[in-house]
Amino acid sequence: MYLKESETFSCGIATSGIILEIGRVECAGEWDVMDQVADAHVPVMPGTSVVHAKDARWRVIARNVFPFLVVGALWEAVAHLGVFPPRLFPPLEVVGAALVRLTASGILPHHAAETLLRLAAGFALAAAAGVAIGIAMGRSRRAEDIILPLVSIGAPIPGVAYAPLFMLWFGLGNVSAVLLVGFVSAFPIIFNTWTGVKAVKEIWVRSAQVMGADNRRLFRHVILPGSLPYILTGLRLGLAQAWRILVVVELLAAVPWGLGWLIFGAREFLNTDVMLAGIAVIGIIGLALEKLVFQRLENYTVVRWGMMVS
Amino acid sequence: MSAERTRSILRAAAALIVVAACYEAIARSGIFPRALLPTLPTVADTLVQLVADGTMLRHAAYTLYRMLFGFALAVVVGLPLGILMGRFRSVENFFMPLASALMPIPSLAWVPVFILWFGLGNTVSILIVFYAAMFPMLLNAWSGVRSVNQLWLRAAGAMGADENALFWKVILPGASPFIITGLRQAFLRSWIAVVGAEMIAASDWGLGWVIYDAKEFLNADVMLASLAVIGLIGFAFERLVFGSIERATVLRWGMVRAAKG
Repeated sequence: MYLKESETFSCGIATSGIILEIGRVECAGEWDVMDQVADAHVPVMPGTSVVHAKDARWRVIARNVFPFLVVGALWEAVAHLGVFPPRLFPPLEVVGAALVRLTASGILPHHAAETLLRLAAGFALAAAAGVAIGIAMGRSRRAEDIILPLVSIGAPIPGVAYAPLFMLWFGLGNVSAVLLVGFVSAFPIIFNTWTGVKAVKEIWVRSAQVMGADNRRLFRHVILPGSLPYILTGLRLGLAQAWRILVVVELLAAVPWGLGWLIFGAREFLNTDVMLAGIAVIGIIGLALEKLVFQRLENYTVVRWGMMVS
Repeated sequence: MSAERTRSILRAAAALIVVAACYEAIARSGIFPRALLPTLPTVADTLVQLVADGTMLRHAAYTLYRMLFGFALAVVVGLPLGILMGRFRSVENFFMPLASALMPIPSLAWVPVFILWFGLGNTVSILIVFYAAMFPMLLNAWSGVRSVNQLWLRAAGAMGADENALFWKVILPGASPFIITGLRQAFLRSWIAVVGAEMIAASDWGLGWVIYDAKEFLNADVMLASLAVIGLIGFAFERLVFGSIERATVLRWGMVRAAKG
Protein backbone atom coordinates (compact mmCIF):
# COMPACT_ATOMS: atom_id res chain seq x y z
CA MET A 1 0.00 0.00 0.00
CA TYR A 2 1.24 3.39 -0.74
CA LEU A 3 1.25 6.00 1.93
CA LYS A 4 3.26 9.11 1.57
CA GLU A 5 5.09 10.30 4.57
CA SER A 6 2.86 13.29 4.90
CA GLU A 7 -0.17 11.09 4.85
CA THR A 8 0.99 8.76 7.52
CA PHE A 9 1.33 11.84 9.58
CA SER A 10 -2.06 13.11 8.76
CA CYS A 11 -3.53 9.67 9.31
CA GLY A 12 -1.87 9.68 12.64
CA ILE A 13 -3.54 12.73 14.05
CA ALA A 14 -6.89 11.48 14.94
CA THR A 15 -8.91 13.64 17.25
CA SER A 16 -9.81 17.30 17.37
CA GLY A 17 -12.27 17.56 14.65
CA ILE A 18 -12.72 19.03 11.30
CA ILE A 19 -9.20 20.02 10.56
CA LEU A 20 -8.08 16.49 10.74
CA GLU A 21 -11.09 15.23 8.96
CA ILE A 22 -10.16 17.46 6.11
CA GLY A 23 -6.49 16.79 6.47
CA ARG A 24 -7.04 13.11 6.47
CA VAL A 25 -9.28 12.93 3.51
CA GLU A 26 -6.12 12.39 1.56
CA CYS A 27 -5.53 9.38 3.73
CA ALA A 28 -7.57 7.31 1.45
CA GLY A 29 -7.67 10.06 -1.11
CA GLU A 30 -9.77 9.42 -4.05
CA TRP A 31 -8.36 8.95 -7.44
CA ASP A 32 -4.67 8.91 -6.80
CA VAL A 33 -4.52 6.08 -4.33
CA MET A 34 -6.50 4.01 -6.66
CA ASP A 35 -4.30 4.12 -9.62
CA GLN A 36 -1.14 3.99 -7.61
CA VAL A 37 -2.33 0.69 -6.35
CA ALA A 38 -3.60 -0.33 -9.73
CA ASP A 39 -0.15 0.41 -11.13
CA ALA A 40 1.45 -1.47 -8.32
CA HIS A 41 -0.12 -4.75 -9.10
CA VAL A 42 0.30 -4.93 -12.78
CA PRO A 43 1.08 -8.64 -12.77
CA VAL A 44 4.53 -9.40 -11.51
CA MET A 45 4.08 -13.14 -11.34
CA PRO A 46 7.48 -14.67 -10.99
CA GLY A 47 6.92 -17.72 -13.19
CA THR A 48 5.12 -16.06 -16.07
CA SER A 49 7.42 -13.16 -16.84
CA VAL A 50 7.54 -14.30 -20.44
CA VAL A 51 4.20 -12.63 -21.06
CA HIS A 52 4.70 -9.75 -23.44
CA ALA A 53 4.24 -6.30 -22.04
CA LYS A 54 1.83 -5.50 -24.83
CA ASP A 55 -0.26 -8.50 -24.01
CA ALA A 56 -0.45 -7.46 -20.37
CA ARG A 57 -1.55 -4.00 -21.36
CA TRP A 58 -4.38 -5.33 -23.45
CA ARG A 59 -5.47 -7.45 -20.58
CA VAL A 60 -5.56 -4.40 -18.30
CA ILE A 61 -7.66 -2.50 -20.82
CA ALA A 62 -10.02 -5.41 -21.29
CA ARG A 63 -10.35 -5.78 -17.55
CA ASN A 64 -11.28 -2.13 -17.17
CA VAL A 65 -13.76 -2.16 -20.02
CA PHE A 66 -15.55 -5.34 -19.02
CA PRO A 67 -17.60 -3.92 -16.10
CA PHE A 68 -18.82 -1.08 -18.28
CA LEU A 69 -19.96 -3.56 -20.91
CA VAL A 70 -21.91 -5.49 -18.30
CA VAL A 71 -23.58 -2.40 -16.88
CA GLY A 72 -24.18 -1.01 -20.36
CA ALA A 73 -25.82 -4.24 -21.45
CA LEU A 74 -28.03 -4.25 -18.37
CA TRP A 75 -29.01 -0.64 -19.02
CA GLU A 76 -29.83 -1.42 -22.64
CA ALA A 77 -31.88 -4.43 -21.67
CA VAL A 78 -33.92 -2.46 -19.15
CA ALA A 79 -34.35 0.45 -21.54
CA HIS A 80 -35.48 -1.73 -24.43
CA LEU A 81 -37.75 -3.92 -22.39
CA GLY A 82 -39.86 -0.87 -21.76
CA VAL A 83 -40.13 -1.28 -18.00
CA PHE A 84 -39.83 2.48 -17.73
CA PRO A 85 -41.04 4.98 -20.30
CA PRO A 86 -38.21 5.52 -22.81
CA ARG A 87 -38.58 9.25 -22.28
CA LEU A 88 -37.36 8.78 -18.69
CA PHE A 89 -34.97 5.92 -19.25
CA PRO A 90 -33.46 6.36 -22.70
CA PRO A 91 -31.24 3.64 -24.18
CA LEU A 92 -27.56 4.47 -24.37
CA GLU A 93 -27.50 5.12 -28.09
CA VAL A 94 -30.03 7.91 -27.60
CA VAL A 95 -27.86 9.45 -24.90
CA GLY A 96 -24.85 9.11 -27.18
CA ALA A 97 -26.74 10.73 -30.02
CA ALA A 98 -27.73 13.62 -27.75
CA LEU A 99 -24.13 14.01 -26.72
CA VAL A 100 -22.94 14.13 -30.32
CA ARG A 101 -25.75 16.41 -31.41
CA LEU A 102 -25.17 18.92 -28.63
CA THR A 103 -21.43 18.87 -29.10
CA ALA A 104 -21.68 19.34 -32.84
CA SER A 105 -24.04 22.28 -32.51
CA GLY A 106 -21.68 23.92 -30.05
CA ILE A 107 -24.19 24.07 -27.21
CA LEU A 108 -22.44 21.61 -24.95
CA PRO A 109 -18.97 23.16 -25.37
CA HIS A 110 -20.43 26.56 -24.58
CA HIS A 111 -22.05 25.26 -21.39
CA ALA A 112 -18.84 23.48 -20.41
CA ALA A 113 -16.71 26.56 -21.10
CA GLU A 114 -18.90 28.77 -18.94
CA THR A 115 -18.82 26.25 -16.14
CA LEU A 116 -15.05 25.91 -16.32
CA LEU A 117 -14.60 29.66 -16.36
CA ARG A 118 -16.71 30.00 -13.25
CA LEU A 119 -14.83 27.16 -11.63
CA ALA A 120 -11.49 28.76 -12.46
CA ALA A 121 -12.52 32.15 -11.12
CA GLY A 122 -13.95 30.80 -7.90
CA PHE A 123 -11.09 28.42 -7.35
CA ALA A 124 -8.44 31.07 -8.02
CA LEU A 125 -10.09 33.25 -5.41
CA ALA A 126 -10.14 30.39 -2.94
CA ALA A 127 -6.55 29.36 -3.65
CA ALA A 128 -5.17 32.87 -3.21
CA ALA A 129 -7.10 33.63 -0.05
CA GLY A 130 -6.88 30.12 1.39
CA VAL A 131 -3.12 29.69 1.03
CA ALA A 132 -2.46 33.19 2.39
CA ILE A 133 -4.72 32.70 5.40
CA GLY A 134 -3.41 29.20 6.03
CA ILE A 135 0.21 30.32 5.99
CA ALA A 136 -0.55 33.23 8.28
CA MET A 137 -2.26 30.84 10.68
CA GLY A 138 0.61 28.39 10.56
CA ARG A 139 3.30 30.98 11.11
CA SER A 140 1.76 33.26 13.68
CA ARG A 141 0.23 32.13 16.89
CA ARG A 142 -1.84 35.27 17.07
CA ALA A 143 -3.33 34.81 13.62
CA GLU A 144 -4.10 31.21 14.47
CA ASP A 145 -5.94 32.13 17.65
CA ILE A 146 -7.97 34.77 15.89
CA ILE A 147 -8.84 33.01 12.65
CA LEU A 148 -9.23 29.40 13.74
CA PRO A 149 -12.49 29.85 15.67
CA LEU A 150 -14.01 31.76 12.76
CA VAL A 151 -13.00 29.13 10.26
CA SER A 152 -14.10 26.29 12.52
CA ILE A 153 -17.53 27.81 12.78
CA GLY A 154 -17.91 28.26 9.04
CA ALA A 155 -16.51 24.91 7.95
CA PRO A 156 -19.06 22.41 9.24
CA ILE A 157 -21.91 24.12 7.42
CA PRO A 158 -22.38 22.55 3.99
CA GLY A 159 -21.56 24.94 1.17
CA VAL A 160 -24.93 24.61 -0.52
CA ALA A 161 -26.61 25.90 2.59
CA TYR A 162 -24.92 29.25 2.05
CA ALA A 163 -26.21 29.47 -1.50
CA PRO A 164 -29.55 31.18 -0.84
CA LEU A 165 -27.86 33.63 1.50
CA PHE A 166 -25.27 34.57 -1.09
CA MET A 167 -27.98 35.04 -3.65
CA LEU A 168 -29.85 37.31 -1.34
CA TRP A 169 -26.75 39.36 -0.70
CA PHE A 170 -25.09 39.39 -4.10
CA GLY A 171 -28.01 38.84 -6.41
CA LEU A 172 -28.57 36.11 -8.94
CA GLY A 173 -25.93 35.39 -11.51
CA ASN A 174 -22.21 35.06 -11.85
CA VAL A 175 -21.07 37.16 -8.92
CA SER A 176 -22.75 35.08 -6.28
CA ALA A 177 -21.88 31.82 -8.07
CA VAL A 178 -18.18 32.65 -8.19
CA LEU A 179 -18.08 34.03 -4.66
CA LEU A 180 -19.86 31.01 -3.27
CA VAL A 181 -17.56 28.57 -5.04
CA GLY A 182 -14.58 30.51 -3.76
CA PHE A 183 -15.91 30.71 -0.23
CA VAL A 184 -16.72 27.04 -0.01
CA SER A 185 -13.53 25.71 -1.52
CA ALA A 186 -11.38 27.98 0.65
CA PHE A 187 -11.96 25.90 3.77
CA PRO A 188 -10.03 22.74 2.87
CA ILE A 189 -7.26 24.90 1.44
CA ILE A 190 -6.98 26.91 4.66
CA PHE A 191 -6.96 23.83 6.87
CA ASN A 192 -4.44 21.92 4.84
CA THR A 193 -2.08 24.85 4.38
CA TRP A 194 -2.23 25.52 8.08
CA THR A 195 -1.54 21.87 8.95
CA GLY A 196 1.23 21.79 6.37
CA VAL A 197 3.04 24.82 7.70
CA LYS A 198 2.80 23.44 11.20
CA ALA A 199 4.06 20.06 10.03
CA VAL A 200 7.31 21.44 8.64
CA LYS A 201 9.97 19.71 10.69
CA GLU A 202 11.17 21.92 13.49
CA ILE A 203 14.70 20.74 12.88
CA TRP A 204 14.69 22.01 9.29
CA VAL A 205 13.57 25.42 10.44
CA ARG A 206 16.20 25.55 13.16
CA SER A 207 19.04 24.35 11.01
CA ALA A 208 18.15 26.88 8.34
CA GLN A 209 18.14 29.57 10.98
CA VAL A 210 21.48 28.41 12.34
CA MET A 211 22.87 28.56 8.85
CA GLY A 212 21.82 32.17 8.77
CA ALA A 213 18.64 32.15 6.69
CA ASP A 214 16.60 35.31 7.14
CA ASN A 215 12.85 35.17 7.34
CA ARG A 216 12.29 35.51 3.64
CA ARG A 217 14.69 32.78 2.68
CA LEU A 218 13.40 30.59 5.43
CA PHE A 219 9.94 30.93 3.99
CA ARG A 220 10.95 30.51 0.39
CA HIS A 221 13.38 27.61 0.82
CA VAL A 222 12.14 25.71 3.83
CA ILE A 223 8.58 26.41 4.79
CA LEU A 224 7.05 26.64 1.36
CA PRO A 225 8.59 23.44 -0.03
CA GLY A 226 8.07 21.69 3.28
CA SER A 227 4.38 22.39 3.40
CA LEU A 228 3.72 22.05 -0.30
CA PRO A 229 2.48 18.46 -0.20
CA TYR A 230 -0.23 19.57 2.20
CA ILE A 231 -0.99 22.70 0.25
CA LEU A 232 -1.41 20.66 -2.91
CA THR A 233 -3.67 18.25 -1.07
CA GLY A 234 -5.68 21.22 0.10
CA LEU A 235 -5.90 22.66 -3.39
CA ARG A 236 -6.97 19.34 -4.74
CA LEU A 237 -9.67 18.92 -2.12
CA GLY A 238 -10.71 22.51 -2.67
CA LEU A 239 -11.06 21.97 -6.37
CA ALA A 240 -13.07 18.80 -5.83
CA GLN A 241 -15.32 20.70 -3.45
CA ALA A 242 -15.66 23.60 -5.87
CA TRP A 243 -16.58 21.21 -8.62
CA ARG A 244 -19.17 19.48 -6.48
CA ILE A 245 -20.87 22.68 -5.47
CA LEU A 246 -20.71 24.51 -8.77
CA VAL A 247 -23.31 22.29 -10.39
CA VAL A 248 -25.91 23.13 -7.76
CA VAL A 249 -24.96 26.76 -7.65
CA GLU A 250 -25.55 27.02 -11.36
CA LEU A 251 -29.06 25.83 -10.90
CA LEU A 252 -29.89 27.97 -7.91
CA ALA A 253 -28.19 31.15 -9.11
CA ALA A 254 -29.96 31.07 -12.45
CA VAL A 255 -26.93 31.71 -14.62
CA PRO A 256 -27.68 31.68 -18.33
CA TRP A 257 -25.14 29.01 -19.34
CA GLY A 258 -23.45 26.16 -17.56
CA LEU A 259 -23.58 22.39 -17.29
CA GLY A 260 -25.58 22.50 -14.08
CA TRP A 261 -28.11 24.71 -15.70
CA LEU A 262 -28.21 22.46 -18.77
CA ILE A 263 -29.15 19.47 -16.63
CA PHE A 264 -31.74 21.27 -14.58
CA GLY A 265 -33.17 23.00 -17.62
CA ALA A 266 -33.49 19.72 -19.49
CA ARG A 267 -35.60 18.32 -16.68
CA GLU A 268 -38.37 20.78 -17.46
CA PHE A 269 -38.71 19.26 -20.90
CA LEU A 270 -38.21 15.65 -19.81
CA ASN A 271 -35.06 15.49 -21.91
CA THR A 272 -33.50 12.69 -19.94
CA ASP A 273 -31.02 12.01 -22.73
CA VAL A 274 -29.69 15.56 -22.51
CA MET A 275 -29.46 15.29 -18.74
CA LEU A 276 -27.48 12.08 -18.87
CA ALA A 277 -25.23 13.50 -21.57
CA GLY A 278 -24.58 16.52 -19.35
CA ILE A 279 -23.79 14.29 -16.38
CA ALA A 280 -21.35 12.32 -18.50
CA VAL A 281 -19.55 15.51 -19.47
CA ILE A 282 -19.42 16.57 -15.84
CA GLY A 283 -17.86 13.25 -14.93
CA ILE A 284 -15.29 13.49 -17.70
CA ILE A 285 -14.27 17.01 -16.75
CA GLY A 286 -14.02 16.06 -13.10
CA LEU A 287 -11.77 13.14 -13.91
CA ALA A 288 -9.65 15.21 -16.28
CA LEU A 289 -9.14 17.96 -13.70
CA GLU A 290 -7.83 15.45 -11.24
CA LYS A 291 -5.70 13.41 -13.60
CA LEU A 292 -4.29 16.05 -15.88
CA VAL A 293 -4.03 19.09 -13.68
CA PHE A 294 -3.16 17.86 -10.25
CA GLN A 295 -1.13 14.79 -10.90
CA ARG A 296 1.03 16.75 -13.27
CA LEU A 297 1.43 19.62 -10.85
CA GLU A 298 2.40 17.17 -8.16
CA ASN A 299 4.96 15.49 -10.37
CA TYR A 300 6.52 18.82 -11.24
CA THR A 301 6.86 20.00 -7.68
CA VAL A 302 6.78 17.79 -4.62
CA VAL A 303 7.63 14.55 -6.33
CA ARG A 304 10.60 16.07 -8.11
CA TRP A 305 11.84 17.65 -4.94
CA GLY A 306 11.66 14.28 -3.26
CA MET A 307 9.01 15.40 -0.79
CA MET A 308 6.71 12.63 -1.80
CA VAL A 309 6.98 9.25 -3.41
CA SER A 310 5.32 9.15 -6.75
CA MET B 1 1.47 25.98 28.81
CA SER B 2 -1.61 26.76 30.80
CA ALA B 3 -1.07 30.50 30.53
CA GLU B 4 -0.59 30.15 26.82
CA ARG B 5 -3.77 28.15 26.55
CA THR B 6 -5.75 30.79 28.43
CA ARG B 7 -4.33 33.42 26.13
CA SER B 8 -5.42 31.40 23.08
CA ILE B 9 -8.93 31.08 24.41
CA LEU B 10 -9.09 34.77 25.25
CA ARG B 11 -7.90 35.69 21.79
CA ALA B 12 -10.43 33.36 20.19
CA ALA B 13 -13.21 34.88 22.25
CA ALA B 14 -12.01 38.37 21.42
CA ALA B 15 -11.94 37.55 17.71
CA LEU B 16 -15.49 36.22 17.79
CA ILE B 17 -16.74 39.22 19.74
CA VAL B 18 -15.05 41.66 17.37
CA VAL B 19 -16.51 39.96 14.32
CA ALA B 20 -19.95 39.85 15.91
CA ALA B 21 -19.67 43.52 16.86
CA CYS B 22 -18.63 44.48 13.32
CA TYR B 23 -21.54 42.54 11.89
CA GLU B 24 -23.90 44.13 14.36
CA ALA B 25 -22.60 47.60 13.57
CA ILE B 26 -23.01 47.09 9.83
CA ALA B 27 -26.45 45.60 10.30
CA ARG B 28 -27.58 48.49 12.48
CA SER B 29 -26.00 51.21 10.38
CA GLY B 30 -28.65 50.62 7.74
CA ILE B 31 -26.24 50.52 4.79
CA PHE B 32 -27.95 47.32 3.78
CA PRO B 33 -31.66 46.74 4.09
CA ARG B 34 -32.67 45.19 7.39
CA ALA B 35 -34.36 42.29 5.64
CA LEU B 36 -31.09 41.23 4.04
CA LEU B 37 -28.84 41.77 7.01
CA PRO B 38 -30.78 41.17 10.21
CA THR B 39 -29.16 42.03 13.52
CA LEU B 40 -27.90 39.20 15.68
CA PRO B 41 -30.61 39.61 18.34
CA THR B 42 -33.22 39.26 15.59
CA VAL B 43 -31.59 36.06 14.37
CA ALA B 44 -31.37 34.68 17.89
CA ASP B 45 -34.97 35.65 18.48
CA THR B 46 -36.10 33.87 15.33
CA LEU B 47 -34.10 30.82 16.27
CA VAL B 48 -35.62 30.64 19.73
CA GLN B 49 -39.07 31.13 18.33
CA LEU B 50 -38.66 28.45 15.67
CA VAL B 51 -37.27 26.01 18.19
CA ALA B 52 -39.96 26.83 20.73
CA ASP B 53 -42.88 26.28 18.38
CA GLY B 54 -41.34 23.04 17.17
CA THR B 55 -40.99 23.86 13.47
CA MET B 56 -37.22 23.89 13.57
CA LEU B 57 -37.17 20.56 15.35
CA ARG B 58 -39.48 19.09 12.79
CA HIS B 59 -37.32 20.38 9.93
CA ALA B 60 -34.25 18.96 11.62
CA ALA B 61 -35.99 15.65 12.21
CA TYR B 62 -36.91 15.30 8.54
CA THR B 63 -33.41 16.19 7.44
CA LEU B 64 -31.82 13.79 9.89
CA TYR B 65 -34.16 11.02 8.86
CA ARG B 66 -33.27 11.41 5.19
CA MET B 67 -29.61 11.74 5.91
CA LEU B 68 -29.33 8.84 8.31
CA PHE B 69 -31.37 6.59 6.07
CA GLY B 70 -29.16 7.28 3.07
CA PHE B 71 -26.02 7.12 5.15
CA ALA B 72 -27.00 3.78 6.67
CA LEU B 73 -27.75 2.44 3.21
CA ALA B 74 -24.34 3.57 2.02
CA VAL B 75 -22.64 1.90 4.96
CA VAL B 76 -24.59 -1.31 4.53
CA VAL B 77 -23.66 -1.50 0.86
CA GLY B 78 -20.31 0.27 0.77
CA LEU B 79 -18.58 -1.30 3.72
CA PRO B 80 -19.01 -4.99 2.79
CA LEU B 81 -18.39 -4.23 -0.86
CA GLY B 82 -15.22 -2.32 -0.04
CA ILE B 83 -13.98 -5.15 2.16
CA LEU B 84 -14.74 -7.70 -0.53
CA MET B 85 -12.89 -5.54 -3.03
CA GLY B 86 -9.92 -5.45 -0.73
CA ARG B 87 -9.97 -9.21 -0.24
CA PHE B 88 -10.80 -10.50 -3.69
CA ARG B 89 -9.07 -9.34 -6.82
CA SER B 90 -11.98 -10.27 -9.10
CA VAL B 91 -14.45 -8.13 -7.14
CA GLU B 92 -11.99 -5.27 -7.25
CA ASN B 93 -11.47 -5.67 -10.97
CA PHE B 94 -15.17 -5.44 -11.57
CA PHE B 95 -16.21 -2.60 -9.28
CA MET B 96 -13.17 -0.36 -9.27
CA PRO B 97 -13.53 0.93 -12.85
CA LEU B 98 -17.21 1.60 -12.24
CA ALA B 99 -16.51 3.43 -9.01
CA SER B 100 -13.80 5.55 -10.55
CA ALA B 101 -16.10 6.53 -13.40
CA LEU B 102 -18.99 7.49 -11.15
CA MET B 103 -16.99 9.18 -8.42
CA PRO B 104 -16.09 12.42 -10.18
CA ILE B 105 -19.76 13.13 -10.83
CA PRO B 106 -21.09 15.32 -8.02
CA SER B 107 -24.04 13.64 -6.35
CA LEU B 108 -26.19 16.73 -6.68
CA ALA B 109 -25.92 16.61 -10.47
CA TRP B 110 -28.12 13.52 -10.27
CA VAL B 111 -30.93 15.33 -8.46
CA PRO B 112 -32.90 16.31 -11.58
CA VAL B 113 -32.57 12.84 -13.08
CA PHE B 114 -33.65 11.23 -9.83
CA ILE B 115 -36.59 13.61 -9.57
CA LEU B 116 -37.78 12.41 -12.95
CA TRP B 117 -37.28 8.80 -12.00
CA PHE B 118 -38.60 8.78 -8.46
CA GLY B 119 -40.73 11.90 -8.14
CA LEU B 120 -40.32 14.68 -5.60
CA GLY B 121 -39.94 13.70 -1.99
CA ASN B 122 -37.95 11.58 0.37
CA THR B 123 -36.75 8.94 -2.07
CA VAL B 124 -34.69 11.41 -4.07
CA SER B 125 -32.97 12.89 -1.03
CA ILE B 126 -32.22 9.49 0.42
CA LEU B 127 -30.78 8.18 -2.82
CA ILE B 128 -28.68 11.29 -3.32
CA VAL B 129 -27.28 10.89 0.17
CA PHE B 130 -26.62 7.26 -0.59
CA TYR B 131 -24.75 8.16 -3.76
CA ALA B 132 -22.70 10.81 -1.99
CA ALA B 133 -21.79 8.67 1.01
CA MET B 134 -21.20 5.47 -0.91
CA PHE B 135 -17.84 6.29 -2.47
CA PRO B 136 -15.87 7.49 0.54
CA MET B 137 -17.14 4.45 2.43
CA LEU B 138 -16.26 2.06 -0.36
CA LEU B 139 -12.82 3.45 -1.07
CA ASN B 140 -11.76 3.71 2.52
CA ALA B 141 -12.89 0.19 3.35
CA TRP B 142 -11.05 -1.02 0.29
CA SER B 143 -7.80 0.76 0.98
CA GLY B 144 -8.06 -0.09 4.67
CA VAL B 145 -8.21 -3.79 3.94
CA ARG B 146 -5.41 -3.50 1.44
CA SER B 147 -3.20 -1.59 3.83
CA VAL B 148 -3.32 -4.19 6.59
CA ASN B 149 0.26 -5.09 7.31
CA GLN B 150 1.22 -8.26 5.42
CA LEU B 151 3.35 -9.28 8.35
CA TRP B 152 0.34 -9.40 10.64
CA LEU B 153 -1.55 -11.58 8.19
CA ARG B 154 1.33 -14.00 7.90
CA ALA B 155 1.95 -14.03 11.61
CA ALA B 156 -1.71 -14.75 12.34
CA GLY B 157 -1.70 -17.42 9.63
CA ALA B 158 1.40 -19.01 11.08
CA MET B 159 -0.21 -19.03 14.49
CA GLY B 160 -3.02 -21.06 13.00
CA ALA B 161 -5.77 -18.46 12.55
CA ASP B 162 -8.45 -19.63 10.18
CA GLU B 163 -10.07 -17.36 7.62
CA ASN B 164 -12.79 -16.36 10.06
CA ALA B 165 -10.48 -15.45 12.91
CA LEU B 166 -8.13 -13.72 10.50
CA PHE B 167 -10.96 -11.49 9.34
CA TRP B 168 -12.35 -10.54 12.73
CA LYS B 169 -9.12 -10.37 14.68
CA VAL B 170 -6.65 -9.00 12.16
CA ILE B 171 -8.17 -7.53 9.02
CA LEU B 172 -11.09 -5.70 10.54
CA PRO B 173 -9.15 -4.02 13.37
CA GLY B 174 -6.29 -3.37 10.98
CA ALA B 175 -8.55 -1.63 8.52
CA SER B 176 -10.53 0.20 11.18
CA PRO B 177 -8.70 3.56 11.04
CA PHE B 178 -9.53 3.76 7.36
CA ILE B 179 -13.06 2.57 7.91
CA ILE B 180 -13.64 5.22 10.54
CA THR B 181 -12.16 7.86 8.26
CA GLY B 182 -14.53 6.55 5.63
CA LEU B 183 -17.50 6.85 7.96
CA ARG B 184 -16.54 10.42 8.76
CA GLN B 185 -16.06 11.43 5.19
CA ALA B 186 -19.26 9.67 4.22
CA PHE B 187 -21.08 11.51 6.95
CA LEU B 188 -19.72 14.86 5.87
CA ARG B 189 -20.67 14.18 2.27
CA SER B 190 -24.15 13.06 3.20
CA TRP B 191 -24.66 16.16 5.26
CA ILE B 192 -23.79 18.32 2.27
CA ALA B 193 -25.84 16.19 -0.08
CA VAL B 194 -28.96 16.16 2.04
CA VAL B 195 -29.08 19.93 2.32
CA GLY B 196 -28.54 20.35 -1.42
CA ALA B 197 -31.03 17.68 -2.34
CA GLU B 198 -33.67 19.13 -0.05
CA MET B 199 -33.35 22.54 -1.62
CA ILE B 200 -34.27 21.10 -4.97
CA ALA B 201 -36.34 18.03 -4.26
CA ALA B 202 -38.04 18.38 -0.89
CA SER B 203 -41.56 19.61 -0.73
CA ASP B 204 -42.33 20.97 2.70
CA TRP B 205 -39.97 19.99 5.49
CA GLY B 206 -36.23 19.86 5.92
CA LEU B 207 -33.48 22.28 6.83
CA GLY B 208 -32.30 22.67 3.24
CA TRP B 209 -35.81 23.37 2.12
CA VAL B 210 -36.46 25.96 4.80
CA ILE B 211 -33.36 27.95 3.83
CA TYR B 212 -34.30 27.90 0.20
CA ASP B 213 -37.87 28.75 0.96
CA ALA B 214 -36.91 31.61 3.25
CA LYS B 215 -35.08 33.19 0.34
CA GLU B 216 -38.34 33.56 -1.51
CA PHE B 217 -39.73 35.64 1.32
CA LEU B 218 -36.51 37.54 2.07
CA ASN B 219 -36.42 36.04 5.54
CA ALA B 220 -32.70 36.37 6.08
CA ASP B 221 -33.17 35.82 9.81
CA VAL B 222 -34.76 32.43 9.20
CA MET B 223 -31.95 31.55 6.83
CA LEU B 224 -29.24 32.45 9.30
CA ALA B 225 -31.05 30.63 12.08
CA SER B 226 -31.29 27.46 9.99
CA LEU B 227 -27.65 27.81 8.98
CA ALA B 228 -26.76 27.89 12.65
CA VAL B 229 -28.78 24.75 13.29
CA ILE B 230 -27.20 22.98 10.32
CA GLY B 231 -23.73 23.91 11.49
CA LEU B 232 -24.50 22.87 15.03
CA ILE B 233 -25.78 19.44 14.05
CA GLY B 234 -22.85 18.81 11.74
CA PHE B 235 -20.40 19.89 14.38
CA ALA B 236 -22.07 17.81 17.08
CA PHE B 237 -21.95 14.68 14.98
CA GLU B 238 -18.37 15.20 13.98
CA ARG B 239 -17.15 15.90 17.49
CA LEU B 240 -19.37 13.80 19.69
CA VAL B 241 -20.30 10.81 17.61
CA PHE B 242 -17.20 10.23 15.54
CA GLY B 243 -14.82 11.51 18.16
CA SER B 244 -16.12 9.00 20.68
CA ILE B 245 -16.25 6.15 18.19
CA GLU B 246 -12.63 6.84 17.45
CA ARG B 247 -11.67 6.99 21.10
CA ALA B 248 -13.49 3.76 21.82
CA THR B 249 -11.90 1.84 18.97
CA VAL B 250 -8.80 2.76 17.08
CA LEU B 251 -7.26 5.05 19.68
CA ARG B 252 -7.71 2.45 22.39
CA TRP B 253 -6.31 -0.27 20.19
CA GLY B 254 -3.31 1.92 19.55
CA MET B 255 -3.94 2.00 15.81
CA VAL B 256 -3.42 5.73 15.53
CA ARG B 257 -1.81 8.35 17.67
CA ALA B 258 -3.89 11.02 19.33
CA ALA B 259 -3.24 14.56 18.25
CA LYS B 260 -0.53 16.32 20.08
CA GLY B 261 -2.08 18.97 22.29
